[in-house]
Amino acid sequence: MPKITIDGTEHEVEAGMTILQACEQAGKEIPRFCYHDRLSIAGNCRMCLVQMERSPKPVASCAMPVADGMVVYTDTPEVKKMRQGVMEFLLLNHPLDCPICDQGGECDLQDQAMAYGMDHGRYHENKRAVEDKHMGPLIKTIMTRCIHCTRCVRFSTEVAGVHDMGLIGRGENAEIVSYLDKAVGSELSGNVIDLCPVGALTSKPYAFVARPWELKKTESVDVSDAQGCAIRVDSRGPEVMRVLPRLNEDVNEEWISDKARFWVDGLKRQRLDRPYVRVKGKLQPATWAEAFQAVAKAVKGKPGSEIAAIAGDLADCESMLLLKELMAGLGSANMDCRQDGSKVDPGVRASYLFNSTIAGIEEADALLIVGANPRWEAPVLNARIRKRYLSAKGKFPIAAVGPAVDLTYPVDWLGEGADVLARISSGGHAFAEVLKSAEKPMIIVGSGAVARPDGAQVLGQARKLAEAVGAVTGEWNGFNVLQRAASRVGGLDLGFAPDEGGLDTAGILDGVTSGAIKVLYLLGADEIPTKDLDKPFVIYQGHHGDAGAHAADVILPGAAYTEKNATYVNLEGRVQRGQLAVFPPGEAREDWKIVRALSDALGATLPYTTLADVRQGLVKANPVFQGIDDIQAAPWGEFGAPGEASGAFSYPIANFYMTDPISRASATMAECTDEILGGREGKTGTDG
Amino acid sequence: MLADRDRIFTNIYGFDSPWLDGARARGDWDNTKTLIEMGRDKIVDEMKESGLRGRGGAGFPTGVKWSFMPKEIGSRPHYLVINADEGEPGTCKDREIMRSEPHKLIEGALVASFAMGAHAAYCYVRGEFHHEIACLQRAVDEAYDAGLIGDDACGTGWKFDFYVHSGAGAYICGEETSLIESLEGKKGQPRLKPPFPAGVGVWGCPTTVNNVESIAVAPTILRRGADWFAGIGRPNNVGTKLFNISGHVNRPCTVEEAMGIPLKELIERHAGGVRGGWDNLLAVIPGGASVPVLPKSICEDVLMDFDSLREQRSGLGTAAVMVMDKSTDIIKAIARLSAFYKHESCGQCTPCREGTGWMARVMARMVTGDAHVDEIDTLEEVTRQVEGHTICALGDAAAWPIQGLIRHFRPEMEKRILDNLARRSAAE
Repeated sequence: MPKITIDGTEHEVEAGMTILQACEQAGKEIPRFCYHDRLSIAGNCRMCLVQMERSPKPVASCAMPVADGMVVYTDTPEVKKMRQGVMEFLLLNHPLDCPICDQGGECDLQDQAMAYGMDHGRYHENKRAVEDKHMGPLIKTIMTRCIHCTRCVRFSTEVAGVHDMGLIGRGENAEIVSYLDKAVGSELSGNVIDLCPVGALTSKPYAFVARPWELKKTESVDVSDAQGCAIRVDSRGPEVMRVLPRLNEDVNEEWISDKARFWVDGLKRQRLDRPYVRVKGKLQPATWAEAFQAVAKAVKGKPGSEIAAIAGDLADCESMLLLKELMAGLGSANMDCRQDGSKVDPGVRASYLFNSTIAGIEEADALLIVGANPRWEAPVLNARIRKRYLSAKGKFPIAAVGPAVDLTYPVDWLGEGADVLARISSGGHAFAEVLKSAEKPMIIVGSGAVARPDGAQVLGQARKLAEAVGAVTGEWNGFNVLQRAASRVGGLDLGFAPDEGGLDTAGILDGVTSGAIKVLYLLGADEIPTKDLDKPFVIYQGHHGDAGAHAADVILPGAAYTEKNATYVNLEGRVQRGQLAVFPPGEAREDWKIVRALSDALGATLPYTTLADVRQGLVKANPVFQGIDDIQAAPWGEFGAPGEASGAFSYPIANFYMTDPISRASATMAECTDEILGGREGKTGTDG
Repeated sequence: MLADRDRIFTNIYGFDSPWLDGARARGDWDNTKTLIEMGRDKIVDEMKESGLRGRGGAGFPTGVKWSFMPKEIGSRPHYLVINADEGEPGTCKDREIMRSEPHKLIEGALVASFAMGAHAAYCYVRGEFHHEIACLQRAVDEAYDAGLIGDDACGTGWKFDFYVHSGAGAYICGEETSLIESLEGKKGQPRLKPPFPAGVGVWGCPTTVNNVESIAVAPTILRRGADWFAGIGRPNNVGTKLFNISGHVNRPCTVEEAMGIPLKELIERHAGGVRGGWDNLLAVIPGGASVPVLPKSICEDVLMDFDSLREQRSGLGTAAVMVMDKSTDIIKAIARLSAFYKHESCGQCTPCREGTGWMARVMARMVTGDAHVDEIDTLEEVTRQVEGHTICALGDAAAWPIQGLIRHFRPEMEKRILDNLARRSAAE
């Protein structure tokens, strides 16, 4: 390990580190703008200059690797002067509009100008003005503020894998642009807002909305997909103002998807803020007591076999546990948390988890994707795959079965159908050899492959393949299911699935059509066919007036993910807790409390009075809930069904920006749909 | 004065045929095989001993540069890149070589490539040099046809290809790493060093970037021996050099001379003297636009080589001597250079991007005197804030001319400002 002297004290640092990293480790702060841990090194802002012995010129510490015997100074008058100089240059053409800049209060340039800048300017010429660029409905640009650090360009080309941003022009006329002034076509584009050290790229929906110091910050987890990205919910009073990513190396590094970031305006629209009861075919506002009474009346005297429950994509573990126990109390075994009809096996945990773990992607050396579009089903996870593709430098073969889409890394599209998978798993396909020769092969099975009538067969073939190519060993499990919904793994862990003799989602829906199911409890389930839901008595518990609420006979208003202390399990089986940032609107309540109160009204009182009780109940139902933020490896087992599957896979998500009640209520997501997914094409000037 | 027998570029004015027959008559391609048979190490050692310093401006010893290339060819091929992006204002020497002595360049490229284990050389020619590209390409075709380069270059069994690549006219692409970027088809912006091109160069492979003149003189040095070359000039500043004399002289010219020739002798003997006589001289920029200007007092006895000019806080640069007589508005002349650097800054790093604009604007005001005397100090400080803080040397190049101006012509600048002030107050 090289020894390096920083400001007179010797430090032993890891080889391959840069001087900046070494200084950081030694507790010396080095100012920087262009440098970012997760992006390539540009070395263009020159803020991180330090003095080095035997070097005639100062060196950019972000780009200079450490070498044994280096002597570095970071606190000499010369260094101070250099920083002042660079700071002065950066401020030359930077407008003095901090009072109206959304970055104000969380601006690197502001902070560093305070710490390292001069107290006055010497530049008396005219300042440069730069035309603002259009970057779509999410990113607001004020390009005069840009300091050309190129973080956004590097993020979009390296992490997001799109070539939509670039720097054109020379010298003073250099400008950051989006390609042909089009919206940035990435699901991760919002992250450039966080990366921008100044106010050049800010959030369009959040423009002029709040100042950072007015906001209450609540650490939570995202539920827009199954990845469970770490987020920070910024709220003011009763309103969620914005969502920002939080650092979690194992899950999302520091990125979140555009949906997770920008769907928050959906939390203010279409909300269910009081109970409703259908009277004479019309939903009428009611009190909680009236709503519970209506439910009690409907349930009374019904045998358990006529009652069923389906949990939706955003349901939390607490409410699912209570609903499961309530169903048991009513004698029903008909319940399912797989509202998409997925055929993963609730009995074998390894059959529904992302067993390799998200961080494990970076160790894999071959990948087969089956019926999944990770770019839309888990954008941040897709960026991990891209990261692995880049770091492997061509030694990470990726193939996929399913309709070809752009995943931001090169993929060998082997075919669209289940027959291709069958050929690979029986060894009759060249890619089977690639997987076999890999040390840590990965197979990702998407819901497009398992959420279909013959999903169990597909799952069986995928398991066979994983075993045949040696993807499952003691230390490595390369079999992965890419779940799409935040509730799914938690629900399966709790056994929110048909008990002995019970019906699954397909069975329940058939029962609804045939009339066998007389009472249906929808826990935030909106993505099921609602055609025949007028036949049974439908109880809808949820937070948005979406498809499920429209079909309901009783509406029990619940809380959205920002409004409750709730547990979620992400796709790799990591138990995480969301925190209450604001209170549920109106008479809406936290979901587990609603089920608990309802159980009282139904005379099947559940033995929980506090959240702590419920959480003990979770641990009792499944010990995995004991370890918060942990993952426990799932034991391998038999799952899936023998036999052939047929037909092409298709991806379940038709529109990335609208997949659930919150995003469907969001105006921002509607704009994204319009502009980025081309919904605007073919429209005439008279539209809207 | 350099004796005719010591000239390397005997056809620099193009009086004879530049093509293969003429080149052969001048001794080019004469038994090149024996040069190559010297072997890699011997060639590099000979170049080191000759004391040849790079002719592109920085003056780094060429033989030492060659020795930085990996000794063994690994999985990545080696490349020689020849910098013919002659963009430095005032410089016109590589142009003459490509026009009139292209075979010296091609032969030199073969020898240098062999010495560095490269099978291919890329010659990146400035985009505006349309005619030179055509000349060079014709010479390359001739050399291929004659079997001098190609699969079996000169019968040595060494495979060698020579590619002529046209730039697009950006000054910054004369910087070696941005030249590499441009050659790769990217935007011409300098790379961070380290890694140096000898480790990671064009397409990530070990690369040496040399100036046209450095490469073109190599075969002659090897033929006539390092001692001959080292015997010309003074220690550490040896050999012959193409000088370009332009500006207010009676006969602007490009001439090959010994290193260390006195500037006055160079101008008087080869360029026909300063317009209106030596006493009419105001200042000289001795090495292309980016080196500080020298006033007449220094020009009297300064020697034209790296170390002498450095002692005078200027530089030899590309040895493009720009002569200015007393009719010159020296502030305007330097302001013009500042405008040039503002225009050519690539915009990548902060001090150069912002500093060149600032300096150019202040310089424009200095020309009219629309400034405050204190601003001269501010300007000087700004040049120090740019110098040495940038990724490449363009920042330094933009700063130095202004520093030279302030160092030697400060009274001139102050007078301009005070005159302007007096004029304005009189008008009021």
